[in-house]
Amino acid sequence: MADMTTNTAAGPRGPKPKKAFSRGNIFLYGTLIVVSMYYLLPLYVMIVTSLKGMPEIRMGNVFGPPMEITFEPWVKAWSEACTGINCDGLSRGFGNSVRILIPSIVLSIAIASINGYALSNWKFKGSETFFTILIIGAFIPYQTMLYPIVIMLREIGLMGSIGGLVLVHTIFGMPILTLLFRNYFASIPEELFKAARVDGAGFWQIYFQIMLPMALPIFVVAIILQVTGIWNDFLFGVIYTKPATYPMTVQLNNIVNSVQGVKEYNVNMAATLLTGLVPLVIYFASGKLFVRGIAAGAVKG
Amino acid sequence: MTVASEPPSHKGKRPSRLFKNWMAKLASLPMILTALVVFVGGTAWTVTYSFTSSRMLPKTSWVGFDQYERLWNTDRWIISIKNLGIYGICSMILTLVIGFSLAACLDRKIRFESAFRSIFLYPFALSFVVTGLVWQWILNPDFGLQNVVRGWGWESFTFNPLNDPNTVIYGLLIAGLWQGTGLIMCIMLAGLRGIDEDIWKAARVDGIGTVKTYVMVIIPMMRPVFITALVLIASGIIKLYDLVVAQTGGGPGLSSEVPAKYVIEYMFRAQNLGQGFAASTMMLCSVVIILIPWAYLEFGGKKRG
Repeated sequence: MADMTTNTAAGPRGPKPKKAFSRGNIFLYGTLIVVSMYYLLPLYVMIVTSLKGMPEIRMGNVFGPPMEITFEPWVKAWSEACTGINCDGLSRGFGNSVRILIPSIVLSIAIASINGYALSNWKFKGSETFFTILIIGAFIPYQTMLYPIVIMLREIGLMGSIGGLVLVHTIFGMPILTLLFRNYFASIPEELFKAARVDGAGFWQIYFQIMLPMALPIFVVAIILQVTGIWNDFLFGVIYTKPATYPMTVQLNNIVNSVQGVKEYNVNMAATLLTGLVPLVIYFASGKLFVRGIAAGAVKG
Repeated sequence: MTVASEPPSHKGKRPSRLFKNWMAKLASLPMILTALVVFVGGTAWTVTYSFTSSRMLPKTSWVGFDQYERLWNTDRWIISIKNLGIYGICSMILTLVIGFSLAACLDRKIRFESAFRSIFLYPFALSFVVTGLVWQWILNPDFGLQNVVRGWGWESFTFNPLNDPNTVIYGLLIAGLWQGTGLIMCIMLAGLRGIDEDIWKAARVDGIGTVKTYVMVIIPMMRPVFITALVLIASGIIKLYDLVVAQTGGGPGLSSEVPAKYVIEYMFRAQNLGQGFAASTMMLCSVVIILIPWAYLEFGGKKRG
């Protein structure tokens, strides 16, 4: 006992340094690595399968790396894969998706940012009520609104066209984007707005010269949110477009789940990977902003 | 806030209140139209027409609750509801448990935290169609996981959930969890980061173990985060559609049908609009049942407290 006290008095002070590989740590990292493998497995399988030839796939090991790398499945998925009678590959779906994506993003973000600006700086009677309805609308199952929208699109002659789908994406993107912009504009000091008002600036002048330049980061978040959301949409695409204007996700599903012909798993996986590539690139390139976007989407109200 | 109250003397000279702020109102017109015409109008229209016998085209021949009676007597709908129930309960519990556990692991001040986080979250960037197709391939009995394990020497190994009517829903669950747990982990992690470091110090002083601290102290403190997560998971579950279409197509037979798919099949394939409207109204009802207690907890509580 006495020995010990003298020892501690003479020895080094401070807490005992932690071992790098304590038992708890090994368990923690072990769990994380195993779980990571579950999450990474599908991506790995997609890549590996898409680089194999069909004979190698028939031999069996999905997890094995390709013995002979071939890019043929990619070429085939892009330019030859068949949906029904059309055999021009996913490139058509890709083109459609791009033509849907760009106007949808511009329109939905323009409208939502103006909404958010009006809601936080130009409140009028009933504005909060409309906003509440809009947010509640985000929770209503889309199925309840699908058919009325079919009628509306038919009335204005946009049913089945890309323009119609753009409109639908603009409508259904509005709740979350409006919330995003409203919360952002509400956090900008009100004095700034008042000073501009005193100087005689009007609605649009304040929006374009003060609010817009200040809101650039939130625009980036909104774009990330919309690119992934619209690109990944399947439901609206399948209902509001026709085969010639199908977005990539719908076409992909038709290619892979078609019952005709021999199943070419390598082409299917190449097609799947191609469709997933755009959101994946956005995800890995945007990093923290993506998280911020979904966090904004998560914290409603 | 910005609308200052006008002195009454000005009132006579000014145009009506409707034109006050008119530019803001004009600019908000898309929002107002969306809220009133599409969200309120569209929903009301569907609910109204669910009481008609519309088939190919909507028409106003009222039949009362006939469509609902037929709906609840249709096997396909009952299967859909059961599937959604099983998927929903499993998915809610497992997503919360996995999401929280992963977040707790990442919150232990580990190395490579952001790498792990990116790995857990990337599936969320992918669509349900992609998710469904990849898992369909991995769970393929002839070439996928089952075959690989058999090739390792375990000849009798059977893991073929997608072709067995009793287990197909768990096959969907594996894919659904893969896609969605990352989001919940992110939300949980944000919640954990919001907890004061002193709580941990106090627990350590009192000699409470790590796991016990999580269960007894941290989780009760994170109640709002859990509620947000639950609402998110629940609203995602009701919308479950793309994943089923891509991964199983509702099969084998009707064994993996879900309500959202039922609605779309009846509205756009079977040309039985009335059934589709009734089914979608039932979906709306289930959302309302989930949403009202939440709104009460979230907003009713605030006003009183």
